[in-house]
Order: sequence, then structure tokens, then C-alpha cells
Amino acid sequence: MVVTTGWYLALGAVLFSMGAVGLLVRRNPLVMFMCIELMLNAVNLTFVSLGAELGDLGGQLSVFFVLVVAAAEVVVGLAVIVAIMRRRSGATVDDLSVLRG
Amino acid sequence: MAELATPYVAWWALVPLLVFSAGGLLLLTVASLVRRLPDVLAPAWTVLAGAVVLVALVPMWRQVDRYGAESFLGGAVGVDGSSIFVTGVLAVAVIATALTARDYLAREALPGVELYVLLLLSASGGVVMASANDLIVLFLGLEILSIAVYVLAALHLRRIESQEAAMKYFLLGAFASAFLLYGIALVYGATGSTNLVRISTFLTTNVLIDDAMLLAGLGLLLVGLGFKVAAVPFHAWTPDVYQGSPTPVVAWMAAGVKAAGFAALVRVFVLTFGTHATDWRPAMQVMAGLTVLGGAIVAVVQTDVKRMLAYSSIVHAGFILVGVQAATDRGTSSVFAYLAVYTLLAVGSFAVITVIGGEGDANHGLDAYRGMGRRRPLLAGAFTVLLLGQAGIPFTGGFVVKLGVLASAVDNGSYLLAAVAMLAAAVAAFVYLRILVALYLEDDGSDGDGRAALPAAPAGPVFVSLVAAAGVLAVGLVPGPLLSLARDAVPVLVGG
Repeated sequence: MVVTTGWYLALGAVLFSMGAVGLLVRRNPLVMFMCIELMLNAVNLTFVSLGAELGDLGGQLSVFFVLVVAAAEVVVGLAVIVAIMRRRSGATVDDLSVLRG
Repeated sequence: MAELATPYVAWWALVPLLVFSAGGLLLLTVASLVRRLPDVLAPAWTVLAGAVVLVALVPMWRQVDRYGAESFLGGAVGVDGSSIFVTGVLAVAVIATALTARDYLAREALPGVELYVLLLLSASGGVVMASANDLIVLFLGLEILSIAVYVLAALHLRRIESQEAAMKYFLLGAFASAFLLYGIALVYGATGSTNLVRISTFLTTNVLIDDAMLLAGLGLLLVGLGFKVAAVPFHAWTPDVYQGSPTPVVAWMAAGVKAAGFAALVRVFVLTFGTHATDWRPAMQVMAGLTVLGGAIVAVVQTDVKRMLAYSSIVHAGFILVGVQAATDRGTSSVFAYLAVYTLLAVGSFAVITVIGGEGDANHGLDAYRGMGRRRPLLAGAFTVLLLGQAGIPFTGGFVVKLGVLASAVDNGSYLLAAVAMLAAAVAAFVYLRILVALYLEDDGSDGDGRAALPAAPAGPVFVSLVAAAGVLAVGLVPGPLLSLARDAVPVLVGG
């Protein structure tokens, strides 16, 4: 069986959906954060396979930008999570409910 | 040795970006090297950076007016009327936020220059978004803008609400970025490029037999940008984040972040995918209708003024979307005019809220505003003008720009959407009326000497709210100059 680009794109779509659903159903901020990483890496896979399909370097180049941005997001996200955890241990997003209308 | 070929750079067009980013980094460096910096230095520096950008925009505007738009850095960045106009709006928002923030930081005993540094860096991201000619550059601008704002939301160390707001904003913002990025990837797959000029050329010269990938990409782009501008059904984060974040930061979120988001929305959808307007317009019309109505209806049942104005900012986003979906030059120029007036309304209103919020930034119930007309007549007067402007009462700037977007929708044949928007404006007017009633007609229970015990209102926020109110009135009475500027701000795509 030949593994065509379509398979990679489908895998990307599945991983992206897993990340999106995971972010919506999980309640631990760290796990939600990992789901976002999963989504971003699904996009990376899509970029690379489309770039290979088109014979264009742009797709692979984009991945570097995404990686850098994802790293920057990790820095800020973990800092916020740590700041909250220091005040209350074992926090899930359900415990974050001071703000409501 | 062969010389390395570097792309052409129009340095004159990069001045705003360089001033904001270098200004922020320089401030950060100086503040970490010098032990005790005078308190006034950081806000003064930020205001100066904003003013320098505003001044630099004048020759840039002339240059573009005379020689036309230009594209550089290998076609990745462009300078045109729209990018200059939005940069101006961002600079005004930066100045207003910095002026409001100084008194806020002093009152809350929050030392440090981080707010100003992050504000300047965030503004530089907004400038990148407004002038991006490439989807990847647009994404980078969005992230520079957003990541700085995530930190700004968490700035109040001692309020758990502030950190909760940052957490929610961060998770949903990153979620939205992932959608935007997936959209970019699919558009890249369908058109073979991330460059807006090449995409638009490709789409005008080719007919896609199977455009499923392109449409999926467009849908994901709409979701991603819809989150950023807080359009229903992607608005759920807005009230919580606005309520929890430090109030001057909310002014920046409401004014700056939204202006940059809409600039990007116009560049991508109207400018690049204008040829496919029939495909994306229905989705955007539904989104605009839901946003104006949803925002207005939920705003009515709020009791917290900060949340009320959060929902009102959602209503405004819906109105701006009404102008975007028209996908005409007239619609686009009405969008830019709306952004300018909305920025004044947002920074002015949140400056008032900063003052009333009081120590701890917690005093945001409607009760806190009772009898304010008697206790703080000047501030209450400015707030009145700003609320009337938000409601779109004639002789305020809000009326002029609301009329503009509605006219462009009617022009385009979107009668139903225009009618829905007008209905929503009427519902939203009730919200502003409720605050006005509290200001003037309700008593705060204290007998006449309440005024003596009241501390003097801080100068910065009062100044911002007065100037914003004056600006809103000026646009309402003499709308010509702003509208003609906005007409010249229509974006164009130029190949590099």
C-alpha cells in the first residue's frame, strides 16, 4: 500500500480534533495545555505534508515559526499555571470560578 | 565572495514597528540595569513612543498618498492607507492606556515597568498584523500581540481574579491560534502559498475544481480571528477576562487588540478572498447577527459595570463585522472609521471604570456608580458622553460610525442584517441608560457630605476620559475629516 499525502493530512486532522476535543473536555490546565500543543503539532504535520505535496519549501519553513511561537506560549502558559498553583494546590479549571456574571 | 542577496526593505515604513518594539526592549533593559527609576519615566516613555509613532505616520501617509502603497521584505509586509490608519489607532490606544495605567499601578502598589514594556511590545505585534502581506507574518503579529496581553492580564499579583482571567484568556487564545494556524495550513495547501498577493493572484487566475480545502481553511481562519475579536459564538472568554484583568489592560484589550484583529480580518477576507466573498459572506453575516443580538441581550442582565461594557464591546464587534461582511470599499472604510471611534469610546470608558473601581480594583457593581453625577460631576459628564456615544445617539461619533456600517450593509443588500443590528442597538441602549440612571437619578444613600470624604480623582484617567469624550463629540459634530481619512485608508495588495 502506498501512503499518499492524503493519509498524512487525515492523520493531522485526527490529531487536531483530538486536541480540540481534549481541550474542551479535560479539566486539568496542564492537560489542556498539552492538548493545545497536540493541535499545533497536528498543524505542523499538515504544513510539512502539504509542502512536500506542492514541492514548496514554504510549508517546512512555516513549521519553524510555529515551533518558536509554541515555545513562547509554553513559557507564558506555564508561568500563569504556576502562579495559580502556588495560591491553591491541585487547581482544576473548575476551581477557577471567581469570575461569573 | 558572493554578496548575500537581501530583500528590499522600505525602512521608512518600518518606523512605527521599530519605535514600539525598540522602545519596549530599551525600557526593559534600562529598568533592569538602573536600580531606582523615577516612577514617571516609564509612562512618559510609553506616551512619547506613541506620540513619535503618530508624528511619523504623517509623512508616511503623504508618501503612500503620492506614490501609492508599497510592499517589501520579499512581499511579506506592506504599507498602505489601512496599515497606517490602524497603526495610528493603536498608537492612540497605547497613549491612553499608559496614561490610565500610571495612577492604577500607584494605587494598587504594583511596582515595575512590565506593564509599559508589554504594552509597547503588544502594540508592535498589532502593527505587524495591520501591515502583514503574508499569513505567517500575520500569525506572528497576532502572537506577539496576544502573548504580551496574556501576561498583562495576570499583572495584578495579589488578585486571584487577575490570574484566573489570564488563565482563561491564555487557554482560549491559544486554542484560537491553533484554529487560525490550521486555517493557514489548509489555505496554503489549496493555493500553494501563504503570501496574500500570490493567493489572490492564484484565485483570480485559476478556478479550483475542488475547493473543499480552501473553504475549510477559510472557515478555520474565520473561527480563529472571530475568537480574537470576540464575535459570538466565540466570545465566551470576553466577560470573564475583562472582569478579572486590571482595568487599564482591559482598555488595551478592548481597543488595541480588537483594532488589530479587525485589520487582519479585513486584509484576509475582504482583500485576499474578496473573489470568494459569496462563500464566506453568509457565515460572517450569521456571526455578525448573533454577535450584535447576543451581546446586547446578555448585557441587559448584568449587574457588574465592567461585564456590561464587556458585552457592549461584543455588540460593537458585531457592528464592525456588519461593515466587514459587505466586502466593499465603502464597507471597509466604515470599518476603519468605526474602529477609530470605538477606540476612543473604549479607552475613555475604561479610564472612568479604573477610577471608580477603587483600591483593589473590585468596586465595579452598579451600586458604585449611584449618585456619581453629584460626587464627581466632571468624570460623570465624560462618562455620560461616552455612554451616549456607545449607544449611538445622534451628535456623537458613535452615531456617525454606526450609520456608516449600516449604510454599507444596506448598499450590499443585507437588509435583514441591518435590521437586526438596529434592533440590537436599541436593546443595547437600555444598558447604557441603566448606568446613566444610576449616575444621576439614584442616590448613594450618603447625605450631602459624601463629597468631602472623596479622594481627588487621579489626573491621568480623568484626562483620558475627558479627551476621549471630547473626541467622540467632535467626530459627532464634524464627521468629515475622520470619514475622509477612513475613505483613504482602504487597503490594497501590492506584489513585492
